[in-house]
Amino acid sequence: MDKVRFGHSIVPYLFLLPQMAVVAVFFYLPAGEAVRSSFFLEDPFGFSSTFVGLDNYADVLSSTEYRRVAIFTVWFTVLVALFALAIALLLAVKADTVLRGAKTYRTLLMWVYAIAPPVAGLLGILLFDQHVGPFVDIASWFGWNLRIGVNYYDTAFAMIATAVWYQVAVNFIFFLSGLQSIPRAVREAALIDCRSGLRRFFTVTLPLLTPTAFFLLVINVTYALFDTFGLIDLMTKNEPGNNPVTLVYKVFLDGFRGNDLGGSSAQSVILMIVVFALTLVQFRFMERRVHYA
Amino acid sequence: MARLHIDQVSKIYTGTQRAVDAVSIDVDDGEFLVLVGPSGCGKSTLLRMIAGLEAITEGAITIGERVVNDLDPAARDIAMVFQNYALYPHMKVYDNMAYGLRNRGIARDEIDRRVREAATTLELGPLLERKPRELSGGQRQRVAMGRAIVRNPAAFLFDEPLSNLDAKLRSHMRVEIKHLQRSLGITSVYVTHDQLEAMTLADKLVVMNAGKVEQIGAPLDVYERPASTFVASFIGAPAMNLIPFSALGDDGRLGLRDATVATIGFRPQDIIEVANDNEDGDGLSLRFVVDAVEPVGSESYLHGKVGAERVVVRIDGRAPHREGDRIGIAVPSERLHAFDADGRRLEGWRTPDAVGDAGTAMRKTRAT
Amino acid sequence: MSNAVSAARPLAPVTRRPTFKWGPVFDHAILIAGSAFMLVPVYLAFMTSTHDAVTVHTGGVQALPGGSLVDNYATVMFDGLGFSGAVNGTTMMLNSLILGLGFAVGKIVLSMMAAYAIVYFRFPLAEFAFWAIFVTLLLPLEVRILPSYEIVQSMGLINTYTGLIVPLVASATGTFFFRQFFKSVPDELIEAARIDGAGPLKFFLDILLPLSRTMIAAIFIIMFVYGWNQYLWPTLITTNEDYFTLVRGIKQIIQVWVGSQIPEYGQAMALAVLAMLPPVIVVVVFQSWFIKGLTESDK
Repeated sequence: MDKVRFGHSIVPYLFLLPQMAVVAVFFYLPAGEAVRSSFFLEDPFGFSSTFVGLDNYADVLSSTEYRRVAIFTVWFTVLVALFALAIALLLAVKADTVLRGAKTYRTLLMWVYAIAPPVAGLLGILLFDQHVGPFVDIASWFGWNLRIGVNYYDTAFAMIATAVWYQVAVNFIFFLSGLQSIPRAVREAALIDCRSGLRRFFTVTLPLLTPTAFFLLVINVTYALFDTFGLIDLMTKNEPGNNPVTLVYKVFLDGFRGNDLGGSSAQSVILMIVVFALTLVQFRFMERRVHYA
Repeated sequence: MARLHIDQVSKIYTGTQRAVDAVSIDVDDGEFLVLVGPSGCGKSTLLRMIAGLEAITEGAITIGERVVNDLDPAARDIAMVFQNYALYPHMKVYDNMAYGLRNRGIARDEIDRRVREAATTLELGPLLERKPRELSGGQRQRVAMGRAIVRNPAAFLFDEPLSNLDAKLRSHMRVEIKHLQRSLGITSVYVTHDQLEAMTLADKLVVMNAGKVEQIGAPLDVYERPASTFVASFIGAPAMNLIPFSALGDDGRLGLRDATVATIGFRPQDIIEVANDNEDGDGLSLRFVVDAVEPVGSESYLHGKVGAERVVVRIDGRAPHREGDRIGIAVPSERLHAFDADGRRLEGWRTPDAVGDAGTAMRKTRAT
Repeated sequence: MSNAVSAARPLAPVTRRPTFKWGPVFDHAILIAGSAFMLVPVYLAFMTSTHDAVTVHTGGVQALPGGSLVDNYATVMFDGLGFSGAVNGTTMMLNSLILGLGFAVGKIVLSMMAAYAIVYFRFPLAEFAFWAIFVTLLLPLEVRILPSYEIVQSMGLINTYTGLIVPLVASATGTFFFRQFFKSVPDELIEAARIDGAGPLKFFLDILLPLSRTMIAAIFIIMFVYGWNQYLWPTLITTNEDYFTLVRGIKQIIQVWVGSQIPEYGQAMALAVLAMLPPVIVVVVFQSWFIKGLTESDK
């Protein structure tokens, strides 16, 4: 149904103006500039730039370094999303089941949402620090010489663990609210129809939770791709060198440190396409979700 | 106080679909007009066009002496009571009633006087400082009424205002609305899909179907002389029995003069039970097979069939009948309604002779 | 019959003890483990922040309180940090507050106005405006960071609060949220208001704004936390230490840390605790609003 609306007047234009102005200057202008400069090669001194067509893209996509970062990004994204979702789902289901202390648990499990990713990264550094970190000690009990900042895979492990820790909170909030919105009557019907709690979970609860889960999957992928920037920046201690980084971090590195404007822009555009595709999937899905309700 | 004049008004949404189709209605000063019809018949759209919430595609609406087609809702001097009351949830009852007056720049003490007066009338006095969420459904309904009253408008518009109340409260509020409208004497247009509400409230009833007016008249006139099969089946509960003329197996006793009769109608309470062999009598007599008995206390309804046609019969008190019983039923001729193939009411469809002497004529034949 | 039965075993239902169930115990065990998983890192960081650098350097991360709490926090709050020593924790906290509040207020004002125009008016550019604003949901700041930086630089907004805050406002999350909320406001309310003689501005101020109070509060909390926690943009835009936020200051800590013999673990963790404390307090105190805002904005 269409909303009842006011007719013609100047009011809507005045109301839209501020947002449109900000969006035009700080969104469309830079986004357009990113696309434009991805087709140009700027000389190192910034005096001139030449149109090079898709050369920047070809360079980026054929670079082994880029491919290495892309592969790490995929692994990073998959592992972070998987563990953060699984842990959060388990905790949300339990927090939804218990009768006593539900509110306390909710608070204890969600508050990490308020911490900034780089602060989470700093905690990660402390706990995985070679000299003082307790996790290094724990790892050594199992004969694992954990050396972050030195060993590529050890650093990757610490990053993923910290990113998962941070992301569990937001997933928990959404899963719990998704569980709580399952109508009481449906739960009670399931309780009568099915004795096994585990079976009930997989045949009734989980299917009803899929909309939330799918929404969260997209959120988690976006998080792992973009929002972990601060965490990665901190955990590589500003010394990317041999450390694992993600694609977004590489855009930043090549653009600001490497002064490779064209290459960085081409990488930006490639990421834009990825996000665009992700969002389309999300929108399509959200449309379908309306029919669930 | 004002007359309301609706002249050839139509509402056309996209394309050619007419939600309201060339409707003309006159509402006299102080008259209570009820628009009734099934959902989607265009009654609400018509009301919203009067209110100015929908644009008028064709025709003109006049309130008092002014054509209001191009006026803003606020400039039309009307007040409206909405189905969900549309109370401002963040305002106290007092402010809900005062808001429209403040927007008109009426003096503070005048607003206060009017709000308190309306609150007294509606027994809302103790509730003035409450928020809508602290009120019961009936109380909210009253606040919505109060918001309309304080405006002292030329016309009240009601959009199914009772449909969210439970049955008991609804009949109570019905009486209250009627009483209030009488004492204030304000011209009112009331939309409902409930025929009982329509019958009891209306001075003038308008039955609508598919965007068109089916019939306009006093409630009992509409009930007694429905203008179409649609009105016949919509007004009155249980609905009028409508039987194709061809299914009656006419033996001539109806004294048919008009060959265009396609449907015969009769109300369940106009049916009398007759002994099986009694084929005497003026009017219609039929054989009825009982399918189900519905006792409602003071009366009972027999659901069953005449031939292949479904018929409902009303019986006083308890019905001794059982499922499967076959009984004879009869309807006096003056209680029969006839409609043509288009469902329009026919008048004078029987021969004057049949109307007067059918009974005696038949008895004579038999004796011979 | 039923009397006979209950007479035969009158106390049967009463004396039967409920069987002990292991399920809830197991549930609580998992939840306690989960809570510990979330709490322990921050607990350790806080404990470490109460020790001096040497203790941490020799003894590792500390699990019990130490004696340097006041020292460490006082140093972080009032003494200079960073290269020039020009900025201290108090300044950074003030800057964080300005960023968090400025971002939240700016976002709410802009997005509420835009959403009102889009939802409640029929005008030729409505469709265009809708899409122009909603496309911004597709591209996070991170992917257009370099040109954004250059534009802000060319406008001379480096090291200004305007340059810090306004570009962050250029996304549609708030607009999207308010649009959803406005659409859920019953139509009858606007109709009643029109009959009561309220025009577009009056309706917005008298009806819609008060109705949105809870929503505004919820969005405010989310946006404040989001603004406070910004890292990449402040890192680029503020090179002058007077404009550093707490989260931005974390990066400075790391740079000093990398170069030093005995890093000031205690002070670093004190800064981290200060950086997380305000948003954590806000989120925990206004938990129900915050969750409502967060989970309803996705619909």
